[in-house]
Amino acid sequence: MSESSKKDKLSEDKKVIRCIVCPTGCEITAENVDGEVKIIGFGCKRGEEYAKEELFEPKRIVTATMRVEDGFLPIIPVRTEKPIPKESVFEIINELSSIKVKAPIKVGDILVENIHNLEVNVIASRDMPIKT
Amino acid sequence: MKSLDIDIAVIGAGSAGLGAAIEAKKQGMDVLILERNDELGGITLQCIHNGFGLKIFKEDLTGPEYIQRFIDEAKELKIPYKLDTMVIEITEDKEIYAVNKKEGFLRIKAKAIILSMGCREKTRGAINIPGFRPAGIYTAGQAQRFVNIEGYIPGKTFVILGSGDIGMIMARRLTWLGCEVKAVVEIKSYVSGLIRNQVQCLEDYNIPLILNHTITKIHGKERVEGVTISSVDQNWDRIVDSDQYIECDSILLSVGLVPENELTTKAGAELSNNGGPIVDDNLETIMDGIFACGNVLQVHDLVDNVSEEAKRAGKNAAIYVKERYGKEQIKKDHIKIIPGINVGYVKPDYVNFSNLENLLHFHLRVKEPDRDVIIVIKEVNKIVYQRVRSFVIPSEMIEVRTKFKLEIISPNCRELKIEVLPVSLLEVLDEVG
Ligand SMILES: Cc1cc2nc3c(=O)[nH]c(=O)nc-3n(C[C@H](O)[C@H](O)[C@H](O)COP(=O)(O)OP(=O)(O)OC[C@H]3O[C@@H](n4cnc5c(N)ncnc54)[C@H](O)[C@@H]3O)c2cc1C
Ligand code: SF4
Repeated sequence: MSESSKKDKLSEDKKVIRCIVCPTGCEITAENVDGEVKIIGFGCKRGEEYAKEELFEPKRIVTATMRVEDGFLPIIPVRTEKPIPKESVFEIINELSSIKVKAPIKVGDILVENIHNLEVNVIASRDMPIKT
Repeated sequence: MKSLDIDIAVIGAGSAGLGAAIEAKKQGMDVLILERNDELGGITLQCIHNGFGLKIFKEDLTGPEYIQRFIDEAKELKIPYKLDTMVIEITEDKEIYAVNKKEGFLRIKAKAIILSMGCREKTRGAINIPGFRPAGIYTAGQAQRFVNIEGYIPGKTFVILGSGDIGMIMARRLTWLGCEVKAVVEIKSYVSGLIRNQVQCLEDYNIPLILNHTITKIHGKERVEGVTISSVDQNWDRIVDSDQYIECDSILLSVGLVPENELTTKAGAELSNNGGPIVDDNLETIMDGIFACGNVLQVHDLVDNVSEEAKRAGKNAAIYVKERYGKEQIKKDHIKIIPGINVGYVKPDYVNFSNLENLLHFHLRVKEPDRDVIIVIKEVNKIVYQRVRSFVIPSEMIEVRTKFKLEIISPNCRELKIEVLPVSLLEVLDEVG
């Protein structure tokens, strides 16, 4: 069995995914048929691709806040630069809530490098001037 | 009292106000922005989730990142602004009265005004139940501000009433912060917000979405201790013996937004059925030289559309100052745009006959969800525009962009009707007509 087909296995027999790519919201079904994954119900190609990604490697951008020292506000909104695996979302948020950063900060500044070795940085979502 | 004279005053510095001010300034206008908050940016500052800017920047930005680009551009263009400044009145002859701590009362005389005050959250009538009003009841937007700007979480266990976008986004945010969201309770038979938010904010975290239900009792005297929810029938009447008790210490209301238009009506501009001012295709209200854009005009679901609308308002206000201000106003040759079958509202409310050949932007919302529909614009019974859509839902604003050929529309046309019809109905009409 090749590497990719090992990964392309469903844990359940059947899974329904609601496509969010466009407002139509197609219900896409993935089924295990004789050891192969069959995807049906998508209205277009984009939906099929979305369903595959959701099935085999779901990813999300994490948005959160971090505490700021000397800032105009007590907290600053931040996000991961790129989407990260869905299962890491909670640990990333917990980690971010325990770190304090120092003002001034500019939008796009890297606040945490390579968080959890995911090869993704956490960046500032806005400017944070010093408290006056 | 301090007095100022300027070309264009912009009221509110959210995405609408900033976008309009930037465009007006680029057109060579002397602009002043008035904002009651202590910083520029408006509501997007507290929307720390991503999903902004896909259309305009082709990037998936958070709210603060999106608005930072406009704040930076406004500062680069050196557009003057006053913060902590609340506009309290606009007169019919475009005098603005505002207050701030530093300067006290201000009187600003503007040649044109752009209204961009945004919207507020509905609360009245959301929970129509007698009895105590314990602590622990917030609107979803208030809670969003507490959590995302002030850094304070207002409870531990939540029930959210209404399935608007802010409520669903807060459900995920609170879950991420370790709170428990027991349920999102929606009186209608479908979600009011975007499907994207239903999937990524509720379904991703197994937060129950309870449709056809509402809160019928709030328990607790000092602080919320729980709610009773009941199922409702088609007329939203409570079904007996359907009560369920849910324990929680906080309730969030996410039952819709309404344009913020007290100032607008004081200035003499009339509102239409969506709560926003009546405007023509230049985004000008019925008061000469007073324009509106953003959520004050119509509640938008995409910030990109707000910025696009704001740009048009800024440009048209500049044209007004250059070409029409101080001159006798010509009588407007207006065609009324009427919302017909399954159209809740449409903006603009009027189109100038002389603009028919220009690119027109119509925005509308349907009243009820539907599949396989056709959007039509009709002059009496003649269809002058049509487009097929596979799916429509009230939470997704529909945009129609079109130009009309003058031969199609009769010179004495006074009304165009816009409708969202099932494709099947249109076929029937065709046979009859
Ligand atoms: C919670 C929430 C989530 C959203 N999520 C998304 C999303 O994921 N993606 C997306 O594309 N769009 C999203 N939107 C939509 C979009 O962000 C907004 O519709 C848009 O930013 C509204 O801009 P605005 O300038 O009209 O209003 P606002 O940003 O509300 O600005 C109005 C400004 O006017 C000021 N003001 C009001 N009255 C006065 C007065 N009398 N005097 C002086 N100042 C005054 C206010 O303080 C405020 O700053 C969301 C909206 C909300 C509310
Ligand atoms: S599958 Fe295609 S048509 Fe269906 S919701 Fe997804 S993007 Fe839209």
